[in-house]
Amino acid sequence: MAAATSTAFGGGETGGGGLAAGEMEVEAYRRLFPLAFYERHLRDSVRPDARPLHRARDTSIALGPVASADGSALVKIGDTTMLAAIKLEVMTPATDAPDEGSLAIEFYMPPICSPTVRPGRPAEVAPVISKQLSDTIISSQMINLKELSLVSGKASWMSYLDIYCLNADGALFDAALLSAIAAFSHLQIPLVSLNDDGKVITVSEELLEGKPSVELVNKEKRKLPLQRIPFSLTCLLHEKYILADPTAEEESVMETFVTVVLDSLGQLVSIYKPGGAVLARRSTVKECIRLTKQRIDELKNILDESASAMEVA
Amino acid sequence: MAPMEVDRADGRTSNQLRPLSCTRNVLHRAHGSARWSQGDTIVLAAVFGPKAGTKKEENPEKASIEVIWKPKTGLIGKVEKEYEMILKRTLQSVCLLTIHPNTTTSVIVQVVGDDGALLPCAINASCAALADAGIPLKYLAVAICCGLTGSRSVILDPTKIEEKKILAFAYLVFPNSPISVLPKGSLTEDSEPIEAGIITSVTHGAMPVVDYFNCLDRGYAACAKISEFLRRSMESQAPSDLTKTT
Repeated sequence: MAAATSTAFGGGETGGGGLAAGEMEVEAYRRLFPLAFYERHLRDSVRPDARPLHRARDTSIALGPVASADGSALVKIGDTTMLAAIKLEVMTPATDAPDEGSLAIEFYMPPICSPTVRPGRPAEVAPVISKQLSDTIISSQMINLKELSLVSGKASWMSYLDIYCLNADGALFDAALLSAIAAFSHLQIPLVSLNDDGKVITVSEELLEGKPSVELVNKEKRKLPLQRIPFSLTCLLHEKYILADPTAEEESVMETFVTVVLDSLGQLVSIYKPGGAVLARRSTVKECIRLTKQRIDELKNILDESASAMEVA
Repeated sequence: MAPMEVDRADGRTSNQLRPLSCTRNVLHRAHGSARWSQGDTIVLAAVFGPKAGTKKEENPEKASIEVIWKPKTGLIGKVEKEYEMILKRTLQSVCLLTIHPNTTTSVIVQVVGDDGALLPCAINASCAALADAGIPLKYLAVAICCGLTGSRSVILDPTKIEEKKILAFAYLVFPNSPISVLPKGSLTEDSEPIEAGIITSVTHGAMPVVDYFNCLDRGYAACAKISEFLRRSMESQAPSDLTKTT
């Protein structure tokens, strides 16, 4: 590898000459020897997109892009884009939990997100991330299912959370979890009333104005109270380096990753390290947890800013 | 913090594992097979390979591993896909992938009984099957489930009923402890032996960070015992070896 390094960068001097030839050599080098390319950057504690090793990409959250959904959010971490939308439906609760609503979480990776996903060939990671998301949201107990109850034993809310990946550029789980949380923070539970058959139906604003005598089951639109919000950070492990928030290219070169999820109380919701050539030592795990704590402060600020931006608008 | 003794339904102490049993070469058509049981959790693993060629998305410069997980009942869903992915990545880190490039090794896991700690049992079974098939490995992976009870004490190898009641649990996979001619303590990094590194960690339920590190310590100590058991069962040519380890 050392010999290859010198020819690739030395090629600019001997063959062709001038900056143009040197730059093309770098791009070819990046494709042909991706690991050596990255290692040269890591030795200087930087990454090809000029980020220091422990910094995450620019994150933005937009609340309410889907007007027809009860709650929605569009999240971008670097180029990774996720769209989350929640629809609430009235249904009868299960007999063993008459006071609780339910939650169905689904994660989709349509072909738009990545050149490797095609209609006949679904992404292998999609069901895994979907399950990971439901496990994390349920483990963190962010949502108290009792808040989703309407009439004990007869009616409760079933919330369908759908997350679509619009652009897959690494750290998919982080972006998906953030979009789910943003969508829940934007969620407004619609008004319902009993209709003539004794069934609970949703009532829209226009209907209310026409019939002042409609009796509402819940008095006003309210937001779902969220406690213990989970935030996550994925880190790549390579030899002794820890890279926070990887892009898709970095993930394909260095395969070992750890996803740490902490909640707003500082409790560990999940440490997810599925195999990988690099073994994680205690110090590595501690460092990843520390980086996640830093990231949580950033994410909390971004979430609060987007929420206040919504109120102003 | 002295560990508090917890009352467990089957009378085990918090540090006690269920009876382990490992039988190899149970399926004669497969290149390698193993049946691993921990109490009532029983998993049968079969290995076919290496076979020529890799799948389209895999790197042809390395050997690739394909995992198929068959549940005891029901159709294959997201749970099985997740187990397949975790098992595949764990086994990839255990195998020497550069020895037979451009080949595929298939590992088929069949769940025979599920009474808690299913994924660790499957990982143990798959490693025993890979060793039985003669696939070149760096080390064996030894897996364990550590649960954290409400009183913040760690219990090892919970049953399904215990898993439902406890606060949180973690599936941990460590490399097996080596027998080495080098003096003890020479192969260390940061004053920690190399085999204390974590290959895989999957957790469920929220727990304080300190308790996670307690689980790591207890899990690592228990894995040393499971490694001994595995080594004994591989060394003896007898097919089965029943032990109750403490």
